[in-house]
Amino acid sequence: MALKITGAVDPELLDLPWSVPLETWPKDTLAALPRGISRHVVRFVRFRGRVLAVKETVAPMAKREFDMLKELGRMGAPCVVPFAVVDGRVDDNGEELAAALVTEHLQFSLPYRALFSQALRDNTLTRLIDALAVLLVRLHLLGFYWGDVSLSNALFRRDAEAFSAYLVDAETGDLHRDLTPGQRAYDIDLARTNIIGEMFDLQAAAELDDAVDPLEVGDRIEERYKELWNTLTEKQTYRENVRKHVAERVQALNDLGFDVGELDMTQTADGSELTIRPKVVDAGHHSRRLLRLTGLDVQENQARRLLNDMDEYRVVTGNEEDEVLAAHEWLADVFEPTVRAVPREYRRKLEPAQVFHEVLDHRWFLAEKDPSVTMPEAVASYVKNVLPTHPDEQAVLGHEISEFEDGVDAAGMPVAREAPTHTTMIHAWQNLPRTGQLD
Amino acid sequence: MATVTFDKASRIYPGTERPAVDSLELDIADGEFLVLVGPSGCGKSTSLRMLAGLEDVDKGSIYVGDRDVTHVQPKDRDIAMVFQSYALYPHMTVADNMGFALKIAKVDKAEIRQRVEAAAKILDLTEYLDRKPKALSGGQRQRVAMGRAIVRQPQVFLMDEPLSNLDAKLRVQTRTQIAALQRRLGTTTVYVTHDQVEALTMGDRIAVLKDGLLQQVGTPREMYDAPANVFVAGFIGSPAMNISTFNIEGGAANIGGNKIALERDVVGRMTDADAGKLILGFRPESLDRVAPNTEGSFPVEVVVVEELGSDAFVYGQLAAPLAAEGASVSNEGQVIVRVDPRDVPKKGENVWVKIRPGEQHVFSSATSDRLSDAVTTDKSAAV
Repeated sequence: MALKITGAVDPELLDLPWSVPLETWPKDTLAALPRGISRHVVRFVRFRGRVLAVKETVAPMAKREFDMLKELGRMGAPCVVPFAVVDGRVDDNGEELAAALVTEHLQFSLPYRALFSQALRDNTLTRLIDALAVLLVRLHLLGFYWGDVSLSNALFRRDAEAFSAYLVDAETGDLHRDLTPGQRAYDIDLARTNIIGEMFDLQAAAELDDAVDPLEVGDRIEERYKELWNTLTEKQTYRENVRKHVAERVQALNDLGFDVGELDMTQTADGSELTIRPKVVDAGHHSRRLLRLTGLDVQENQARRLLNDMDEYRVVTGNEEDEVLAAHEWLADVFEPTVRAVPREYRRKLEPAQVFHEVLDHRWFLAEKDPSVTMPEAVASYVKNVLPTHPDEQAVLGHEISEFEDGVDAAGMPVAREAPTHTTMIHAWQNLPRTGQLD
Repeated sequence: MATVTFDKASRIYPGTERPAVDSLELDIADGEFLVLVGPSGCGKSTSLRMLAGLEDVDKGSIYVGDRDVTHVQPKDRDIAMVFQSYALYPHMTVADNMGFALKIAKVDKAEIRQRVEAAAKILDLTEYLDRKPKALSGGQRQRVAMGRAIVRQPQVFLMDEPLSNLDAKLRVQTRTQIAALQRRLGTTTVYVTHDQVEALTMGDRIAVLKDGLLQQVGTPREMYDAPANVFVAGFIGSPAMNISTFNIEGGAANIGGNKIALERDVVGRMTDADAGKLILGFRPESLDRVAPNTEGSFPVEVVVVEELGSDAFVYGQLAAPLAAEGASVSNEGQVIVRVDPRDVPKKGENVWVKIRPGEQHVFSSATSDRLSDAVTTDKSAAV
């Protein structure tokens, strides 16, 4: 059978060494990225300035997962983007090789293990679990039963103070019109079991303090999931002032970052009360608002932070009438000068929106001593004092794998520090909107 | 360990009229290995998920032992879904990989070790218990994954296409291992596959489903020798049974002027609804090559010959024009013949074949249900 590529419209994909088992791909094609725990052989591959994740599996499974990820993406689920399915691989002796699923590596994303290899901030763990709970709720609202929820099967991106989680492995999942309580319960139970297993493993590797109780960590996902699910879907019954209650409920859901698609309203039998159940469409309320106003495509908590700053700017400049115009000015006067003040050599460290968020934090810190500190002063101080000490976790493109040759641990994860990379390879910094083009 | 009972259990998805699983009635014995098999969309996975608690049961009930679990949460059903390929934790020993679920369930340490050791013995992993997964071969890693489910000592194992992500070679190997392991453990097991070869080789009994309806349940031998209807006849067996519709004249099927005599009892079971036609099935190995124009024989035009070394199969077409009008069977007129691999005919040639006595499968053309008795192939095993 001839090599067959489905999905990607990029003939250069043919140039990758498909006639060699993935395990033995030449090091110069590989990108050194920390990997999670996987059933399959997975490698990150450098491809035209990007990184692709290649996973070997059997052809029908690869195709199924490709279609599933595509469908999930179409529905707006936070997941990796499928790139291609490569089938019909044979080695030089004509022996068949496994098919491969190729996905685009999510920029600035990290597997949870990479976050543990740094000095673990107290609440990193709980923030990761919370992010996974949000992801699971979002997927369940879309009707996706995951079938193998774990920290390993997700990737994490910094999102202001929190993390955002993305689905990486959809191979065990199914899409349904609605999930049954049994499907949700099973997913939660699996998540709990898998997370506890992952914590045990981290402790066995001496990467997690023995004082952390894996069982407590596992229980947290269950608690957080249930809390969020109930807030998003519970029925409430009101006797009076219904309009006000509905407005409050919608506001509360928006504050959580979710939009309400429709409301089911049912009058109780005696007609004296109204029962309301919101149908939450999806998370991303703030990021959608920011995108509409500024063209900036950032994550939810970053968007919330940016919008707060923008709203403040509107009040200060007295431009409260026209939201769009104010947004335009804020972008030109505040946001762009701030992120452009970051020297090129540091741009690989963080996404622009995350930089902005950190500069805001830094200004707040400086303002304790000098309340009149300006944004340009804050950014200058941030670039000088904070950014250089930031760990090099966000950009791992463009390395030779040989740099890690002796620094790969049992799980195949590099233990060495990563070398600098070229910022031109990071799309996020090239796609900053220019105010002049925003109309 | 326990029995499993589907008592007229149905699953009707919201917004659909036809049930995905329609009044399933199935009694699975304690310790039995039951395989649910059928084409995609037949309801086999849905049935398994109903038992697991992942799908609602809209009508009827499901029991594990005497306990009605119809509305019980998945984790409280004492059932284990077995995946063939868990990711193993690289820094934990094999023993810890197998036993960590018990640690979560707060089982006593000594008890965990004892259960892990017992499972390791069954899985031939005893000497690896204190090593890391890295030191294991692919097959051994899979057994560790099995061990994870075994140490929990559930009442029932559920497996949903567990071999689907393995390559062909490993699939055959693992198939044998799972079947052997289940027999050693004696734990009631329900296994889903779309592959009838997998079903035949693994199951104590097989349940064939189609369009949400149970077609037949029986041992592999029963399913092979006495398929209850045309669907099961065509589904079980590889290469598939030859099935075509023929006019019945004077107690014989008419194949382009050649007469194949049918048993009198069978012909007597025809009804008016059959309108003088019957569906006749015969397996590729039920045909003998004979001299042209031998009584009861008919010619087959050779289209392709598949040589497999130990066997050879002729894929052909009934040479004479086809019998009945309004035929209801797919691949009408296509005939597969097992032939001596040392004497294969050429493409385009006509071979004359005759169905061995007692090896006809006759079905009603009106209902597709079986009319003839079971075929007993044992007597011809020596041929």
